[in-house]
Amino acid sequence: MRIGILSTSSLVLAGLTALALGAASPAAAEDLTVVSWGGSYQASQREAFFKPFAKDTGNKILEEEYNGEIAKVRAMVETGNVSWDVVDLDTRSALAACAEGIIETIDWGKLGLDKSKFIGGDVNECGVPNILYSWVLAYDKDKTPNGPTSSADIFDLQKFPGKRGLQKAAIVNLEWALLADGVALADVYKVLATKEGVDRAFKKLDTIKGQVVWWEAGAQPPQLLADGEVVMTTGWNGRFFNAVRDDHKNFGIVWDHQGMDWDWWTMPKGGPKVDLAYEFISYASQPMAMANQTKWISYGPANKDAVPNIEAATLPDLPTAPDNMGTALLLDPQFWADHNEELNERFNAWLAQ
Amino acid sequence: MVSTTVDRVARTADGVPLKVKLQQAERKRKLRAVALVLPLFLFIVAGFVVPISIMLFNSVHDPEGLRTLMPKTSVALQSWDGQDLPSEEVFAAFAEDLKVAQIAKNPVAAIGKRLNYEMPGIRSKVIATGRAVAKLEQGPYKEALIKINAVWGERATWAVIQRSSRVFTSFYLLNALDYRFDENNEIFRRPAADSIYQDIFVRTIAISIMVTTATLLLGFPVAYLLATLPLRTSNLLMIMVLLPFWTSLLVRTTAWVVLLQTQGVVNDILIWVGILNERVQLIFNRGGTIVAMTHIQLPFTLLPIYSVMKTISPTHVRAARSLGAGQFYAFWRVYFPQTIPGIAAGSLLTFILSLGYYITPALVGGPKDQMISYFVALYTNRELNWGMASALGGILLVATLILYFVYNKLIGVDRMKFG
Repeated sequence: MRIGILSTSSLVLAGLTALALGAASPAAAEDLTVVSWGGSYQASQREAFFKPFAKDTGNKILEEEYNGEIAKVRAMVETGNVSWDVVDLDTRSALAACAEGIIETIDWGKLGLDKSKFIGGDVNECGVPNILYSWVLAYDKDKTPNGPTSSADIFDLQKFPGKRGLQKAAIVNLEWALLADGVALADVYKVLATKEGVDRAFKKLDTIKGQVVWWEAGAQPPQLLADGEVVMTTGWNGRFFNAVRDDHKNFGIVWDHQGMDWDWWTMPKGGPKVDLAYEFISYASQPMAMANQTKWISYGPANKDAVPNIEAATLPDLPTAPDNMGTALLLDPQFWADHNEELNERFNAWLAQ
Repeated sequence: MVSTTVDRVARTADGVPLKVKLQQAERKRKLRAVALVLPLFLFIVAGFVVPISIMLFNSVHDPEGLRTLMPKTSVALQSWDGQDLPSEEVFAAFAEDLKVAQIAKNPVAAIGKRLNYEMPGIRSKVIATGRAVAKLEQGPYKEALIKINAVWGERATWAVIQRSSRVFTSFYLLNALDYRFDENNEIFRRPAADSIYQDIFVRTIAISIMVTTATLLLGFPVAYLLATLPLRTSNLLMIMVLLPFWTSLLVRTTAWVVLLQTQGVVNDILIWVGILNERVQLIFNRGGTIVAMTHIQLPFTLLPIYSVMKTISPTHVRAARSLGAGQFYAFWRVYFPQTIPGIAAGSLLTFILSLGYYITPALVGGPKDQMISYFVALYTNRELNWGMASALGGILLVATLILYFVYNKLIGVDRMKFG
């Protein structure tokens, strides 16, 4: 066939040219891979940090999502093939990863930030705190007009019959079980550190076990509520806030015993772009940037200097708002760093039976 | 007269013995065949045999073993007989290892993590001991360590450390079957509250059998219809069977969530028609899992059966009828046995695929419907306990192979046909 040689060689030529052009991309601008939790939370980070950073410095942010599995970080560090530059970790994972030595220790001088200005700055040597978020109880005001008012209502099957949503993990569920069983807020972790305390928490959870729908991803609780699959559910407050504001759902949030925790910016050890990662984290921790993030999701910024810059209308929805802090339960990072594995093992065994 | 010796060896036209020529031709043929298969063989070795061997190796080699993290202690403990407490030498070695680990900082937590598998709660004690030992200048270490934390004065602790310092360990495999070592190094069954894996293995096999049976019951009549209808109708029906097959697995599973949820389509229809008065829980339980898995596995069972049925000539049944067989008798004695190779192929495929199912039970099943792959994923991704993940995976592989051999004995691989 005549199509043969001439067009084949011209195709090859065209292909090689394209390859050469593609390879000669503009230097200077580097890509930074940032990994976060997806959903509306990552969308807020995109608007507040990723896009402005790309615009101001010319370095593109390549986003990836995960659901808290730090096995990938560990595998990357162990094989020396680190492709994630910045990872948004929760406290337990961050402390465990730090103890295992798979994330970098933070040099606050290099960041150009003052550690004392950050809530929780001393908790984790290997992370920069970015937000304060909390587990809260939420319900649909349309379907349940007289909704729950305290965290113990999750265990009240008589007053609120129907399914409830709980996270498929030991954290927060055990504390709320003890609180509903009558333990004082100040003693929760003391009791939970004993075997009898753990047994007591699981016994309380047994009372509702048959009525629970278990969620794993942060986007599931608002979806479960919207579908009417559950009467009430635990979840991360920012996700419910987004469902109310952006999807126009009529959800009510119960702040009683909100389980407060941090999220951290961390860098896997031995990454090739540590300097650029420091630049990004420093950028994302500036007061204005952190205050901006609250426009998109209702998580409290960890930078105390950011608070005055937050819009007044958003303040009541933050976990750190004075009205919401009344009975707040700060999840003890050291307790969970020590006991997360064994409690989760016990939890998985309890769940599978 | 010229006497010629009769040449007994057959020769080809160019004088080469026929046997040699034949061997050369055979060798060429074999080389050609090997060359064709070689890429696939190498791919299977590199992408299948090697990773699985590494996984099986991990289940006994203890990727987090203490031999590398606590070298001196491992050597010193080899001579301990398990009675009373180890000697001062062992404690000194332990303190040395902890001091080295403390400077590197990371391994102390790794030591704590590994010991925590067998003794929950010891992790924080190890980390605290590491910090305290760094301040000790010199021995004797035995009393000093016991003073730092009483757990070092317990025989059980040292039994655990001794076991975790060996090159090969059976800890993960035993744990995957709900067994543990006690302080006298004897195997005991874990209490019922903590034993979940035996039940989960049984559950995995039970769900796979149920799904295979369901796909067979649903798939056989449809395959028969597809094979016997005229071409245009059967083509249309075939597209309807294949279209879901070409849709993403995740999309199909999520579609089932929408259909089966309490406020979903199925419940709505059942209430509107009047069959039900109250909404029924169709999802996040065993029923929903089986339904969704059957839907996804149906083409896998159906297509081999259909292919085999297509090769069965319709004259066979007609001949049987003409010889006096009743409708059912003709079907059962003439038609059905010829479809058995297809049934065997389809059901084996579905069964083995179902054993490894992860995403569908995770999305539409309840906590009591999680199959073994869920726990493999849990240990790989969240708990970072790759020894356990490998052990569970290895046991699943062995169970699958055993079931396959049983199946082979019953039906025979040679009798399987895909078309």
